[in-house]
Amino acid sequence: MKLDARMPSGPIENRWDKARFEMKLVNPANKRKYSVLVVGSGLAGASAAATMAELGYSVRCFCFQDSPRRAHSIAAQGGINAAKNYQNDGDSIYRLFYDTVKGGDFRARESNVYRLAQVSVNIIDQCVGQGVPFAREYGGMLANRSFGGAQVSRTFYARGQTGQQLLLGAYQALERQIGLGKVTMYPRTEMLDLIVLGGRARGIVTRDLVTGRIETHIADAVVLATGGYGNVFYLSTNAKGSNTTAIWRAYRRGAAFGNPCFTQIHPTCIPVSGEYQSKLTLMSESLRNDGRIWVPKKKGDTRAPGQIPEDERDYYLERMYPSFGNLSPRDIASRAAKRVCDDGHGVGPGGLGVYLDFSDAIRRLGANAIAERYGNLFEIYERITGEDPYTVPMRIYPAVHYTMGGLWVDYHLMSTIPGLFVLGEANFSDHGANRLGASALMQGLSDGYFVLPYTIGDYLASTKLERLDETHPEAVAVHKGVEEMTSKLLSIRGKRSVSSFHRQLGKLMWDHCGMARTAEGLTAGAAKIAELREEFWRNLNLTGDGLGLNQSLEVAGRVADFLELGELMCIDAAERNESCGGHFREEYQTPDGEAQRDDENFQHVAVWEYQGPRTKPVRQTEPLNFEYVKPTQRSYK
Amino acid sequence: MNLTLHVWRQKDNASAGRMVRYAAPGVNEHMSFLEMLDVVNEGLIDRGGEPVAFEHDCREGICGSCGFMINGVAHGGYKNTTVCQLHMRHFQDGDEVWIEPWRSAAFPVIKDLVVDRSAFDRIIANGGFVSISTGSAPDGNALPVRKMDAELAMDAAACIGCGACVAACPNASAALFAGAKLAHLSHLPQGQPERHERSLAVVRQMNRELFGACTNIGECEATCPKGIPLEVIARMNADFLQASWRERPAADLVAAG
Repeated sequence: MKLDARMPSGPIENRWDKARFEMKLVNPANKRKYSVLVVGSGLAGASAAATMAELGYSVRCFCFQDSPRRAHSIAAQGGINAAKNYQNDGDSIYRLFYDTVKGGDFRARESNVYRLAQVSVNIIDQCVGQGVPFAREYGGMLANRSFGGAQVSRTFYARGQTGQQLLLGAYQALERQIGLGKVTMYPRTEMLDLIVLGGRARGIVTRDLVTGRIETHIADAVVLATGGYGNVFYLSTNAKGSNTTAIWRAYRRGAAFGNPCFTQIHPTCIPVSGEYQSKLTLMSESLRNDGRIWVPKKKGDTRAPGQIPEDERDYYLERMYPSFGNLSPRDIASRAAKRVCDDGHGVGPGGLGVYLDFSDAIRRLGANAIAERYGNLFEIYERITGEDPYTVPMRIYPAVHYTMGGLWVDYHLMSTIPGLFVLGEANFSDHGANRLGASALMQGLSDGYFVLPYTIGDYLASTKLERLDETHPEAVAVHKGVEEMTSKLLSIRGKRSVSSFHRQLGKLMWDHCGMARTAEGLTAGAAKIAELREEFWRNLNLTGDGLGLNQSLEVAGRVADFLELGELMCIDAAERNESCGGHFREEYQTPDGEAQRDDENFQHVAVWEYQGPRTKPVRQTEPLNFEYVKPTQRSYK
Repeated sequence: MNLTLHVWRQKDNASAGRMVRYAAPGVNEHMSFLEMLDVVNEGLIDRGGEPVAFEHDCREGICGSCGFMINGVAHGGYKNTTVCQLHMRHFQDGDEVWIEPWRSAAFPVIKDLVVDRSAFDRIIANGGFVSISTGSAPDGNALPVRKMDAELAMDAAACIGCGACVAACPNASAALFAGAKLAHLSHLPQGQPERHERSLAVVRQMNRELFGACTNIGECEATCPKGIPLEVIARMNADFLQASWRERPAADLVAAG
């Protein structure tokens, strides 16, 4: 397969304009004749579906939840970045671009990131227009805060519920189009395969989760906006339903996968409390603006935090990274926490925790000011742990949060299958090896509101599409394949529940492909995952049938895919012989323990092509060129 | 601790349901309520039974997927808490716990504790938005918003659409849900041009679904996991009344919440 990223040329600030001008347009009167399927209804999916419907396309939108408003974008807490420079503190599109390329440890495309920074300003305008209740100053203007890894205040927020409010804005735009009859919504419907006809994505096969009915949907283009795959680790901050199934099955149909091993571990999550743990809860890293992170200097110190005097505390981020301190980027803060805990300074059960302490900020600003900024986050913490963070420091530990990898897309957000577009966290595109805080919401909305609606028009206008329906023999074959897989899962009748397999996979991933990776560990991990997968198909115990709502069956299909993806992640991580961003290989570190990139050999995107079951996928590369931001050793010291 | 659960089991909407008793031994106080159900379900699966179906997704109180009645109270009755955020430290060894789905004609049961809340989506689709297409917005700071208005809008916008208000209301009214969306948008300048049409459209759709009328009982406010205040209903009624006078097509409408 030949990779063509369709990168624009010329001065970087003009590239998106130029690309847009060169795109073919669909005559407004003809748009309704084109049908588009959008899978996923989070920020990327809902914004894309709504915007395309506004333009006149016939849109069908699918989500597995009971309502598009439930998509996991809703859980994002901290905020959304935009280069508005409202605070007059030196921000600019170029600076947001620069920070994002550097923050991604020079593993993202400059052109994509620049476009993201340009579009960021339109996103804020659009969301304000929809009535997103962003925080305001007393004069009525939009408020900003600085956020993990940024030295300017460019983050817009709605209390600790920014994702919720942005999603509700996109959801309301989507519902408006549903009400107008421009979008047909299919809630409680899961995509289980992609239909590729004549080399182009032309439809999907879905399962109605309530009736169990398998259905075929044919269209002119397919858009996947199905989020990330952090749940391959079982324990993550993702919602329980978040999964890889849509993108994985597209991968099996020929869409290449970019940088699967790039995983972000978020530094500020509530630590695990027991074996029954079903997910990890993120504490927004906006807390790091006012909270100070520390551990006791003495190993194994079991005194209550209040009993440990100031000079016996190690504010290790402030010590190790004096200029960024507690606001160091996520990958750096996470690894530092792991290191101090591995060295025996961790606090709480099992020593897997560090303190995030607000006592200084409360003394300086007063409890009311802190409550105004973080009140709901403090409540969440107290509800889960039973401890009051106004009086006792929070305990936090890193957890899997986001996957920078995803289906490979070109500048038009099109995958290696023509007509298959991939948006948001589901694609690999803009964050390189590490995503900066408050950039996920920006990317999802950028892709959905302002990029895809142009690029998909170019595809439709410049492609001659054959008329088809669901009776096409190849579509029928895909439909049949989905039915067979469902029956196969139900007929195993083994001994182990699906969640026991998922937990075991998660443990393997965390141990072998987590925060610190080695070639040896990854190779062993891949082999163990393959064994577990073999057991899964032999020993899975699913009860019930496929004819109605069967939540275990839904999860089984997703875990089957995670069991394949996990292996690919290990293989990808083993072949990337360098450390960069969230990918830390113990063999490749600087003398003081920082990530050691190898730009000579790995300044590229690893692009994996599926070759069939039990066959090693083929690794291609897309070279990355840096004309504007020269790769340097990232330093936050 | 050891608990006894009584759980509503119902195969599908067409079948009759009933309460079934289950033992929940060895519950840890740090578990969430849903994690406790996970453990019970694992036991059911091991014994060849069908696990209890319940909705959940984010498990941190923001997606609005989860929710059922615990001992007759929506989400269990702890302030600002959804069932996924309810931890077992609130229960005691030997407790009997009664678990049932939301009960409302507008929310038909799909299976066990899972109900169909799509009526909420239809309310939003009929007017719960600002009509602004992508690309047409002015600069974000072009329209100043009084800080207090932004805060009041945010208070109302915090609704997660879980349906507890309907389940808690003796009339099964959706007035708190609808009022919250209307208040969110009517507190903001962006919401003003359509304020009247919106309140008419949202109330009209609410009445078309099988929700009851509001009689100001206040159970909704007491159980709302996001603390949406009852005043959003008063605001909806005031807007609806004004709109009914000012907008002629309102004649076919019955009263608001």
